[in-house]
Amino acid sequence: MLSDQDRIFTNLYGVHDWRLAGARARGDWDGTKEIIARGRDAIIEEMKASGLRGRGGAGFPTGMKWSFMPKEIGARPHYLVVNADESEPGTCKDRDILRHDPHKLVEGCLLASFAMGAHACYIYVRGEFTNEAKHLQHAIDEAYAAGLIGKNASGSGWDFDCYVHRGAGAYICGEETALIESLEGKKGMPRLKPPFPAAVGLYGCPTTVNNVESIAVAPTILRRGAAWFSALGRPKNAGTKLFCISGHVNKPCNVEEELGIPLKELIEKYAGGVRGGWDNLLAVIPGGASVPLLPKATCDTILMDFDSLREVRSGLGTAAVIVMDKSTDVIRAIARLSAFYKHESCGQCTPCREGTGWMMRVMNRMVQGRAEPDEIDTLEQVTRQVEGHTICALGDAAAWPIQGLIRHFRPVMLERIEQYKSRGATRMAAE
Amino acid sequence: MAETAPADFVQPDSFAFDAESQAEIAKTIAKYPPGKQASAVLPLLWIAQRQMGRQTDSAWVPTKAMDEIARVLDIAPIRVYEVATFYLMFNTAPVGKFHLQLCTTTPCWLRGSDQVVAACREATGLKGWKENSPDGLFTMTEVECLGACVNAPILQVNDDFYEDMDAEKTKALIEALRRGEIPKPGSMAGRQTSAPEGGPITLTTLSFEKAQ
Repeated sequence: MLSDQDRIFTNLYGVHDWRLAGARARGDWDGTKEIIARGRDAIIEEMKASGLRGRGGAGFPTGMKWSFMPKEIGARPHYLVVNADESEPGTCKDRDILRHDPHKLVEGCLLASFAMGAHACYIYVRGEFTNEAKHLQHAIDEAYAAGLIGKNASGSGWDFDCYVHRGAGAYICGEETALIESLEGKKGMPRLKPPFPAAVGLYGCPTTVNNVESIAVAPTILRRGAAWFSALGRPKNAGTKLFCISGHVNKPCNVEEELGIPLKELIEKYAGGVRGGWDNLLAVIPGGASVPLLPKATCDTILMDFDSLREVRSGLGTAAVIVMDKSTDVIRAIARLSAFYKHESCGQCTPCREGTGWMMRVMNRMVQGRAEPDEIDTLEQVTRQVEGHTICALGDAAAWPIQGLIRHFRPVMLERIEQYKSRGATRMAAE
Repeated sequence: MAETAPADFVQPDSFAFDAESQAEIAKTIAKYPPGKQASAVLPLLWIAQRQMGRQTDSAWVPTKAMDEIARVLDIAPIRVYEVATFYLMFNTAPVGKFHLQLCTTTPCWLRGSDQVVAACREATGLKGWKENSPDGLFTMTEVECLGACVNAPILQVNDDFYEDMDAEKTKALIEALRRGEIPKPGSMAGRQTSAPEGGPITLTTLSFEKAQ
C-alpha cells in the first residue's frame, strides 16, 4: 500500500484548507523560483526521467510532449492549455484537484509554461464545474496577489498569466483540438492532425494541451525528483495515480495509489469491496466509458496500469473504475454508453455521426433481444467501420465498449435474443 | 415568459447587459489577446444566461442576447447562434427557476438514477424532459455524465451538485426548493466529498500546520 508520505494529493478529500495558506502548509509553492532557475531543458529532462505518462487517458509521456514545443520562441507566442473538461463517464478526479488542491495545478501551470516557453496558460474547465472553477479562480487570484504568478512570477524573472475558461456541456471538448476550437469561441469540432498543436494550436500558435492531473503532479515531481516518482508504480508505468471507483461497490471513492496496483486490491481495500462480495462481480470497466469492459475472470488478477490493461485489450484510460455486480443488465449498461456517444458526437465525420446513432439503435434492440443472432456480427463489423475512420477518437470510444461487450458477453446477448423469440416475435427489418 | 413546453415561448423584444454583466464582460474580454475577442463567446453567453436568471428567475439566452453578444464582440450573429445551440448548457428556451439536471449515464444508472428520475417526476409533476412546470419553478433535463461518479447518482440544481441521491432524498430536496429553501449541496449521505463512506482511510497519518 502506498504510504501517505508518497501521496501527492494530500488534500484529495478537502479535509484541509484549499486556499494559499493551506496549500503552502502542505508544501506547495516551495522553492518554485529555484526550480525555474534550473532552466527549461533541465525541467523537461527531469519530467522525462520521471516516466510520467499523461493522466488524461492516452498515456503519452508528458516530458516528451513538452519537448515537442519549439526551442526558440519566434513571432508566435507559445501557450499551455490545461484540459479540465473532465467528462469521461466514471471520471471525477480532476474535480477534486480543482476544488481541493487548486494551487498544485496553478503552480504546475507556471512550471510547465516556463518549460515550454509559454507566458500564458488557459485552463478549460467543464461548464458543470461552476463551484470548482470558483475555487480555481480564487487560487489564481491569490497567486497573483502573492506575486507567485504574473510579472516576474515567484521572483523567477518569467512573466506568466493564467486564465480560467469555462466550457458549456460538450464532452467532445475534452479532445484537445476541439478544446482549442472551443477556446477560440467556436463549436467544439476536432481539427485534422497534422499539424499538431505543438506547431499550430491556439490562435495558430505553438500549444501544448495537458490534463489537469498531469500538470498538477509536476511540481511535486520536480521538488522530490524523478527518481522518487519513477520508483513508484511499475516499469514504464511510473508513479501514483488518482483512481475513481464507482458503481456496485460498498463504498465508492476516489483514491491515490501506485500504478500497477491489482484491481481486486484497489476495490477491496479502498472501496469496501464489490456489493455482495467479490464472487458477485460481473464485470469492470477499468478506465472510463471508452475502454472495453473486463469480465470477472480477468478482474481477479489484472494490474491497473497502461501496459497490463492494454495486454487484455482494454486500457487504463482515466483510471475510472466502473464496477458492475451480477444484478447488472450488462447489455443495458453498454447501450447507455452508446446513447452517450450518440449524444456527444459533434457530427463532423459521417462514420461517427451516423454510426453512433446506428449503434445506439441496434444496442437498444439488443437490450430487448429484438434482433437476430447474426446481427451481433453485423454490429461488430459496423464498430470496425467507425473505429479509425474519424478525425478524432470519439468514434473509437463509441466502438470499443460494444466490442468489449460482444467479446465477453456474446452468450448473454444470444440468450436475450432467444428469450425474445420464445415470446413469439418475428424478425425485424435491420435498421 | 412561457410557462409550459418550449414550443410556445416568446422571445423578448430586446436585451441589454446590466451593470453587473458589463463589469464581467470587460474583465472577460481582457483575458484574450487583442483581436481574439471571439474567444469570449462562451463566457458572454454564460454572462447573459446568468443575467436572465437574476432578472427573470429563468436562466436562458434569448436570441436578442445573442445578437447583443455578436455586437459587443464584433462578430457575425451566426457565430454566436451556432455556439449557443452546440453547447448543451446554454438554454435557448426558458427554464424553471430550479433547473433540475439529472445524470442518467451508466455510473449514475448503476447507482439508481432511474429511481431519482422517477421521484423527481413525482415530486414536480413534470412528465417530459425540458418541460417547465406551470408555476415556473422546475424544469427537468436529462444530462450526460456530470463528473462526480463516485458520488452517484447526481442531481444538479442550477449550479450545484446534490450527490449520493436516492428517491427519498430527491423528494425531500424538491419539497425544500418549493418552500424556497436551498439545501447545502454536496453529499446528501453526509460523506466527506469523494472519500469513502465512514471517512477517509488514506491521508490519515498526515498532519499539517493549521492554516490562517
